[in-house]
Amino acid sequence: MSHDGAEASGGGGTASMAPLPGRRGVGRRVLVVEDEPNISEAIRFILRRDGWEVAIEATGTGALARIRAEVPDLVILDVMLPGASGFDILRALRGQPGTAPLPVILLTAKGSAQVREQAMAAGASMFIAKPFANAELLAAVRQLVGV
Amino acid sequence: MPRPAPRPALSGTRIRALRTARRLGQADLARMAGVSPSYLNLIEHNRRRASAPVLEAIARALQIPAEALDERAGDAQIQALRTAAARAQPGTEPEVDRADELVGRFPGWAALLAQLQTLAEAQERIIERLSDRMAHDPNLSASLHEIVSAVTSVQSTAAILAESEDLEPEWRALFHRNVHDDSVRLANAAEALVAFLDTSSEETGLAAPQEELESWLERQGFHVAAVEAGGDWAALIAGQAELASAAARSLAEDWLARAHEDARALPLGRLMPVLVRVFTAGAGFAPEELARHFGVGLAQLFRRLATLPPEPGIPRFGLAICDGSGTLTFRRPIEGFQLPRFGGACPLWPLYEALLRPDRPVRAPVEFAGRPPGRFIAHAVAGARDPLRFEPPFVWEASMLVTPASVAGGAAEGEAVRALGSSCRVCPREFCPGRREPSIVSG
Repeated sequence: MSHDGAEASGGGGTASMAPLPGRRGVGRRVLVVEDEPNISEAIRFILRRDGWEVAIEATGTGALARIRAEVPDLVILDVMLPGASGFDILRALRGQPGTAPLPVILLTAKGSAQVREQAMAAGASMFIAKPFANAELLAAVRQLVGV
Repeated sequence: MPRPAPRPALSGTRIRALRTARRLGQADLARMAGVSPSYLNLIEHNRRRASAPVLEAIARALQIPAEALDERAGDAQIQALRTAAARAQPGTEPEVDRADELVGRFPGWAALLAQLQTLAEAQERIIERLSDRMAHDPNLSASLHEIVSAVTSVQSTAAILAESEDLEPEWRALFHRNVHDDSVRLANAAEALVAFLDTSSEETGLAAPQEELESWLERQGFHVAAVEAGGDWAALIAGQAELASAAARSLAEDWLARAHEDARALPLGRLMPVLVRVFTAGAGFAPEELARHFGVGLAQLFRRLATLPPEPGIPRFGLAICDGSGTLTFRRPIEGFQLPRFGGACPLWPLYEALLRPDRPVRAPVEFAGRPPGRFIAHAVAGARDPLRFEPPFVWEASMLVTPASVAGGAAEGEAVRALGSSCRVCPREFCPGRREPSIVSG
């Protein structure tokens, strides 16, 4: 997946990306760890319209290195990933002083109370079940980064 | 009136019921059977145990076979009634100590209760299996994940399309394409889910695949003639009523292929004469000598012995096979050696001892709890399922052959007979160090 600045597809249009009043994400970076390209595409669009810089990582194995290298302001982390579970990545993040306070939104296809508890125990800042409303996700991102 | 203990079970109750049904007076029956009326009275009230000749005389007088008065004949039913009683809800207090009276006086009602008990147990297992399936079935789980992913993408993308009036045409086109792709994907996933649920209702789910295989083998007396010559397993299996599920048919194919290998290593033409000689000589049964003679392993010999065609002079052998987890993967019961239909077996079985020390066979005289207890010689051995393998995973398998002590030679001088059971739930042995859960039949 390409980083925000080096986009190859998607029409390359920027007009709708023009700064709008209330674009709270300007100057902040979000990493989306999600293996479903159409979901990450939609998330990227929603956040970019709010000014956020969005990078996408499609594998569980690459996620930790990306987070450490890029130091985003927030991570949106899917639970079911090829290579590693979102829970494992989250625990690894929490175990390291550099990434321990990083806001992480856990995305999962299972919304049961048991999974929610598991997510909170693993150190998730917030838990969102799929499918989600775009406004809900955006509000969560804004709230956790404090903008 | 205190009840005599141990209670002479139901013979008396049965005699009384049969006599009154025939409108015979006690004195009449006593005269016909050649006993005194007062003695018959004691027998009928289960206060004296009638000797075998007296029982026979009474049976003759009542014009019924003597076995019908056999006290053990009703044991299975009494056992079943006790099992049923163990499920009684609070407030219901079945007279467990008078189960024999019920069996003796109302055999039809007793049989019905026993039947309902068996049915309830079977249905509980089906429910357990189905809920297990709902929770853990990988197909179902994958289907649902696919659907949730597609719905998530469709919902987010459609919301963007609906809510962004200023969307650039290129973006609009991209998101339209995504919605279209994901809706196709959603339709496919939904179709797959429906198909999956459809086939699983076709495969009744009434029995575990292993049970289907075993009931198929049971109907054939555990000997499938076709394994001798080999053949088209798929054709042999097709249309067999017991093998309802695809999983059971696949198990059956594997079983037949292995049995065919066993049959080739131990052809009937060579094996049967040797066995007849061994068992008519009465010199004691030593499977290790047979294995050596034929150049095969013990486990292979055990499997072959337990699946032979019936032959006068050759006993029937029981067999239990388990994998490294202790789960029974094959069960061939014989009279007196009952195997649990589900759940774990008795932890004291030599089978498990063998599993702890592969390639060191175990021989042990054993007594299985029951009425009467069954005496057997158990031979057990464990080894790698595939011995020609260097790379993990290594799969272990243990096999236990059970031979009636009457033909196998019994315990040697000073050799302790091990007291075993089938599984804890139905085992009456008290103070057993291996007990996992309280018994429902003891006491």
